[in-house]
Amino acid sequence: MVKLRIDNKEINVPKGTTILDAAVKVGIDIPTLCHMKLHDMNIENKPGGCRICVVEVAGRKNLAPACCTAVDEGMVCNTNSVRVINARRTVMELILSDHPAECLTCAKSGECELQDMAHRLGIRELHYTGEQSTYRMDDSPAIIRDPNKCIMCRRCEMMCNEIQTVGVLTAVQRGFKSVVTPAFQHDLMHSECTFCGQCLAVCPTGALTEVDETGAVIRALADPKKTVVVQTAPAVRAALGEEFGNKPGTLVTGKMVAALRRLGFDYVFDTDFAADLTIMEEGTELLRRLNGYLKGDKSVKLPILTSCCPAWVNFFEHQFPDMLDIPSTARSPQQMFGSIAKTYFAEKLGIDRKDMVVVSIMPCVAKKYERGREEFAVNGNPDVDIVLTTRELAYFLKLFNVDLNSLPEEEFDKPMGESTGAAVIFGTTGGVIEAAVRTAYEVHTGKDLPRLDFEELRGMQGLREATIDFDGLPLKIGIAHGLGNARKLLEDIQSGKSQYHAIEIMSCPGGCIGGGGQPYHHGKVEILKKRQQAIYLEDELKTIRKSHENPYIQKLYAEFLGEPMSAKAHSLLHTKYFNKHNLAHK
Amino acid sequence: MIINTHLSETAEVLIKSICARYKHDEHELINVLHEVQHHLGYLPEEVQQSIADELNIPVAKVYGVVTFYSFFTMIPKGKYNISICLGTACYVRGGELIVEEFKRRLNIGVGETSTDGLFSLNSIRCVGACGLAPVVSVGDKIYGRVTPQQVRRIIDEYIKIEEDLEIAP
Repeated sequence: MVKLRIDNKEINVPKGTTILDAAVKVGIDIPTLCHMKLHDMNIENKPGGCRICVVEVAGRKNLAPACCTAVDEGMVCNTNSVRVINARRTVMELILSDHPAECLTCAKSGECELQDMAHRLGIRELHYTGEQSTYRMDDSPAIIRDPNKCIMCRRCEMMCNEIQTVGVLTAVQRGFKSVVTPAFQHDLMHSECTFCGQCLAVCPTGALTEVDETGAVIRALADPKKTVVVQTAPAVRAALGEEFGNKPGTLVTGKMVAALRRLGFDYVFDTDFAADLTIMEEGTELLRRLNGYLKGDKSVKLPILTSCCPAWVNFFEHQFPDMLDIPSTARSPQQMFGSIAKTYFAEKLGIDRKDMVVVSIMPCVAKKYERGREEFAVNGNPDVDIVLTTRELAYFLKLFNVDLNSLPEEEFDKPMGESTGAAVIFGTTGGVIEAAVRTAYEVHTGKDLPRLDFEELRGMQGLREATIDFDGLPLKIGIAHGLGNARKLLEDIQSGKSQYHAIEIMSCPGGCIGGGGQPYHHGKVEILKKRQQAIYLEDELKTIRKSHENPYIQKLYAEFLGEPMSAKAHSLLHTKYFNKHNLAHK
Repeated sequence: MIINTHLSETAEVLIKSICARYKHDEHELINVLHEVQHHLGYLPEEVQQSIADELNIPVAKVYGVVTFYSFFTMIPKGKYNISICLGTACYVRGGELIVEEFKRRLNIGVGETSTDGLFSLNSIRCVGACGLAPVVSVGDKIYGRVTPQQVRRIIDEYIKIEEDLEIAP
């Protein structure tokens, strides 16, 4: 232990603790800007670049950045001397001297950490004027980059390189000209970006934001010729409430349904319905591959990898093109929903698919990219027309004067609004594979599951594994969230070390609950844990908790699809993958 | 300005052999870039992509290093690369006046190459010969205590070499 004094408070902390973390223990909240620490997730950004967190250390000539200075025995720190306050304010003014003063119209207004810090430091006047950066905007179907608003905190670079190991965003040039960008300052669309959105989930300013498509939804709703159908992903209901002042982990499923009706959607459906459908297809595929493998069929490859996550699909298409035959061919729930809505449901309504608009509410920005993939359209008409993030839905509700909190709880419409507990847990890491186990076990063994909760598959650890007893067959399961963890599992498969039968992968830390389209967590990981608890609570509250028992899914197969992996199911619910290695640079 | 050229087979063989010599170790990136630039004269996109593939690192990382160090360039250098030191000693002894004179005489900016491909101009930081400040180097040749008046003579020296080459055969 090391003994030190901070602002005349004595404290003992373990060796290696930073001044910043030590200060927290005595109730001193040193301001930080570039620093970000996601506790328990092993994610920390402390380049010591912004110098907002500087403190005075007795005996040292220069001020020290608290976020990356380790404590010393007998150290005496001052976090609020006149010298410190002045230095902080000067640093802040210098940062602002090269930042566009567009707060009123900036997409990040109200959620901007730079704005908050300027306010907290009492900046009322800017004394420095000088050269301003002038970079062009980078528009992609999912993420907008405005490098003029970049403050070089390097959080996005850390997420993109260390956590996701995608390696698209990097700091280039030096001095005033330094900026974070893809290679050769190309657009994201011409890079290996997966559109996971973790860069914008941690960006303190408006330099990285999602593409706002609210306007397109408003136009569709106002068009009397269009039947507008909405689907909501499982993770949305566990986070939307936060945007209306509710505590993290507040489930707002029923109120969200009511709110969507107030906006004027003709049918309020649930992506969870399509998640149940995914389990039918992916689970059947798992069992077929497993049985083939057990019979010694050499052409069958295991493990099978889940394919619900669009950023993960982009990741392996770019980085592991030799493994395109390993992931399940099942489309994601979003795309299965769109495909069924514009065939089965459109037929039921007796309308042409061109007169139907399918809107998705997703915790994700990669879903905006996914919906535009060419293979998910029929004669140019996409299966999913518009994707809004959880945040965009919140803005939309506020714009339309809908107060979520005061609404009654309502039920999803039938048939595509009915879902099981297995579907709702798709929203968290471990959930897809648990849902698959619940169905695959019963189909494989022909017996009822002795239990429904698989605690061994749950949790927040980046890499997890478990063995589930399939009535004598030990089914080995691997789980990864965060693409860097996914990479480790893929490299094990490549080198033949992998022992797993099935692997679940989600790109975002925590799974979809931590998606790039969710309300900003501002570095507070507890929020993700609360959302995860809410997801499992919703599962518990459901009367049906196994996908194959969903009566509307059974009806869909009986009336329309035949059986899982039938020719019709294959053409509507499965997909193929493309080698995109270095495509961006060729 | 980024000049796109298709990566020639020789360049590809060269990059592969250099990376192999450094055992494809990503920590040797700067040494690899150094050698490749020595042979090719510059580091265009295709070259950086190829190096990234050989060292198994993102191309963005390679680009970040190339743009960070002023020694590396993505623009082909002229046959005679003129470097003017703007380190502290050279700067206070008039290095910037020398830069201005070269710019005026060659009609190019710092970091650019003359249209005939003969000269390129760039500024560097301290070559460690402060006693000779201000220092100019052309290729491997060093010129010390350069005055603006000498600039024309330096340029003429190389134009003369070129003229002789043309007459020679």
